[in-house]
Amino acid sequence: MNRFDYIRPATIADAVAAAAEPGAAYLAGGTNLLDLMKGGLIRPRRLVDVTRLPGLDAIEWLADGGVRIGALVRNADLAHDSQFARRFPAVAEALLSGASAQLRNAATVGGNLMQRTRCAYFYDPASACNKREPGSGCDARGGETRLAAILGWSGHCIATHPSDFCVPLAALDAVVEIAGRAGRHEVPLEAFHSLPGDEPARESVLEPGALIVAVRLPAEAATFAAHARYLKLRERTSYAFAIVSAAAALRIEQGAIAAARIALGGVAAKPWRARAAETALEGARAEPAVFRRAAEIALADAKPSGDNAFKIELARRVTARALAQAAAGTPPRLPALPASPLLPAPGALHA
Amino acid sequence: MSVSVSLSVNGVAREVALDDPRITLLDLLRERLDLTGTKKGCDRGQCGACTVLVDGRRINSCLALAASCDGAEVLTIEGLAKDGELHPVQAAFIAHDGFQCGFCTPGQIMSAVGLLSEAQAGDDPERIREAMSGNLCRCGAYAGIVAAILDAHDQLTERDRVEAA
Repeated sequence: MNRFDYIRPATIADAVAAAAEPGAAYLAGGTNLLDLMKGGLIRPRRLVDVTRLPGLDAIEWLADGGVRIGALVRNADLAHDSQFARRFPAVAEALLSGASAQLRNAATVGGNLMQRTRCAYFYDPASACNKREPGSGCDARGGETRLAAILGWSGHCIATHPSDFCVPLAALDAVVEIAGRAGRHEVPLEAFHSLPGDEPARESVLEPGALIVAVRLPAEAATFAAHARYLKLRERTSYAFAIVSAAAALRIEQGAIAAARIALGGVAAKPWRARAAETALEGARAEPAVFRRAAEIALADAKPSGDNAFKIELARRVTARALAQAAAGTPPRLPALPASPLLPAPGALHA
Repeated sequence: MSVSVSLSVNGVAREVALDDPRITLLDLLRERLDLTGTKKGCDRGQCGACTVLVDGRRINSCLALAASCDGAEVLTIEGLAKDGELHPVQAAFIAHDGFQCGFCTPGQIMSAVGLLSEAQAGDDPERIREAMSGNLCRCGAYAGIVAAILDAHDQLTERDRVEAA
């Protein structure tokens, strides 16, 4: 790990000023940042510790029925907040399907949005990576591409965004509140992360020094609470990033789908909202053939970025199954294995 | 640059002047405070051997900067037994053979204490296994570990579980 200056500002304004210096990075839960620093993959000259900033660790219920989640709320605290989990069950399920209990106790809401790709070539300092070193190339192309992107990738980068939390957030129209040098502004979560294009090192719309202060979910997102699920395929049952995941939320009225929300994870450099598939579901009956057709629409533009064409069919099946699970109804309590495709079976040892 | 940190470790107030802000909580415990019960396995947040409780919550101490823990209450494996008597989770690990080589055990036990205070898994073995997935055991003592946690859960009242953490 490189040497750095450690700063603990008292106010958001002080933090933004301190982090606007070149080479500065924010430290919150540290679960991704310190890992990257230990690997020598990033070398910030200054760490701005925001964990003591006042007013950023609350879950606030808004008068209109929406919720404002402070950027420093820990993943576990949000997932286990009973009112939050009741209104936004797919978000709670996604949170609890990510990382381990220890990491969820430390990792923050803001940090989750800012976490870096787990592309093995990004993580290997000996490999060329346009994210880590712009212009150096992409050794993932033609390499081990099992987990690489199938949507929105470019010849410069085929990495995926690893977050589970961001997937239902994108589906449910979450908004990111940002404090910057020019004051406060907000961005829909769907527009927060950037596709690689020819500049993969630019991963979000955040300007230098800008700080995520909160994530909001609108009241409308809670209207899906009775039919909202997150489904995540992993290489092992627990404590693994998604190969492919899907958040599905339905509003069902008199047997027909009044509204649908779908987003996919593990497929692109950002959580992938599938709006055309949502539109196709509106007014249709909630049944398997309808879900399969919606899944085909969701993946219509998918292209393998290497030896990963299997992920396209996998993503279709995960999407269709997530929709079927959502239609069956949100369980009263989250399953023992959140977001797992494995069904409970007496005597079976899954985890 | 140097950073001064004051924190409580196993109930003892500690003032430490860090000559380097890179020091993690794990290295502070092991190298500066001679509390070597907390183990360094992967040092990257993947194995759970370094699990301790900070303000009652289990975390990976390898991914926490000591400087960022200023003012925190830290509980390590050394602080678990009271008056020479093992904590019920420690006793249950022995009773159920919840280890072989023992290297991951302090992390397993601290994680289990954290799990019981979280009160999410109850006595459901599947939920306990899921909630312990951040602690790897290369000897594969998982069956004994889950049995020990179930036993400790049954022995402790809800109040005890929270207070023990």
